[in-house]
Amino acid sequence: MTRRVRLGLFLVAGAGLAVVLLLGFGGLPSFGHAHELDGAVVNLDEPTLRHATDVVTALNFDLRAFDTLGEEFILFASVTGVALLLRTLRQEEEEDQEITPGIEDHRFAGASDGVKLTSLLLIPLLIAFGAYLVFHGQLTPGGGFQGGVVLAAGPIAVLLAGRYLSMKRIAPKRLLEVSDALGAAAYGLIGLGGLIFTGVYLEDPLPLGVSGQLLSAGMMPLNSIAVGLEVTGAFLLTWTQFFDQTLVGPPSGS
Amino acid sequence: MTVLQIIALVLVAVAGGAVVLTPEALRQTMVLGIYGIALTLLFFVFQAPDVALSEIVVTGIGLPLIILAALRKIRQQQARQSHAREEAEE
Repeated sequence: MTRRVRLGLFLVAGAGLAVVLLLGFGGLPSFGHAHELDGAVVNLDEPTLRHATDVVTALNFDLRAFDTLGEEFILFASVTGVALLLRTLRQEEEEDQEITPGIEDHRFAGASDGVKLTSLLLIPLLIAFGAYLVFHGQLTPGGGFQGGVVLAAGPIAVLLAGRYLSMKRIAPKRLLEVSDALGAAAYGLIGLGGLIFTGVYLEDPLPLGVSGQLLSAGMMPLNSIAVGLEVTGAFLLTWTQFFDQTLVGPPSGS
Repeated sequence: MTVLQIIALVLVAVAGGAVVLTPEALRQTMVLGIYGIALTLLFFVFQAPDVALSEIVVTGIGLPLIILAALRKIRQQQARQSHAREEAEE
């Protein structure tokens, strides 16, 4: 395709998109006004009937808990796909043996002292904040997914300090796989608990507790921990797979 | 709409344009990180802290790291190919 054909195609498609968007915007409620009913029902039901103070988490783990189950397994399946595609092949294993032992830690060691110090400070902060987000899912903004990605960023700070092999020691691949699988399985099994004790899959059999306390809102804290485990494992596993392909291996240009 | 929200919207528009207009992939990855921070700010001032928390890690760290790793892999392969070509010429 020449540049002129591409530009012409873009102009036609762009004009079409603009028309559709403008028509769509015409039907939107004005700024700051939502379609009221749905939001009103959720805002009323979740804090009173489920004792959850963060309505977003309540939505994810209660109203549309089954959708979340699907999302859990979308993440699980895609990470499995990445692990399968980026697995170590026989030829790559042979290449790896040519590397001098101990050289890997220096491959990424361009980090300045300032970056190293910042990473050192970031590690405990990220772990603490991530754990806080996971455990306070039903109380304050955050939850399993948000806490999970923040937790996964903790070991990445070790990588930023130029210590990839140390990062792999903190978060070995086997542990990440277990965490990913255990989290996904736990969410499904929590739902099964509902089926056994109430007769409805993902229905909440646990006592609701006092609104605003760490152990309240029934199964939501458990769901949050399960999702947190899975997301931490999934993100770190994906990153580790990518870095194994690039940071460890024959140096570039040799 | 508050002033803060307008500022956030403008920031996102500018940063999004900058990502598209940055020519080189490595620089583009860095600009993408800045765009992620702008989006985080946008979600925060529009009262969606849950989304902001996911966004800051996913576009601030997650996506750039994977792109950087992929870029590095491509360069390693290019270097290996040109090396092999030189050897063949010798």
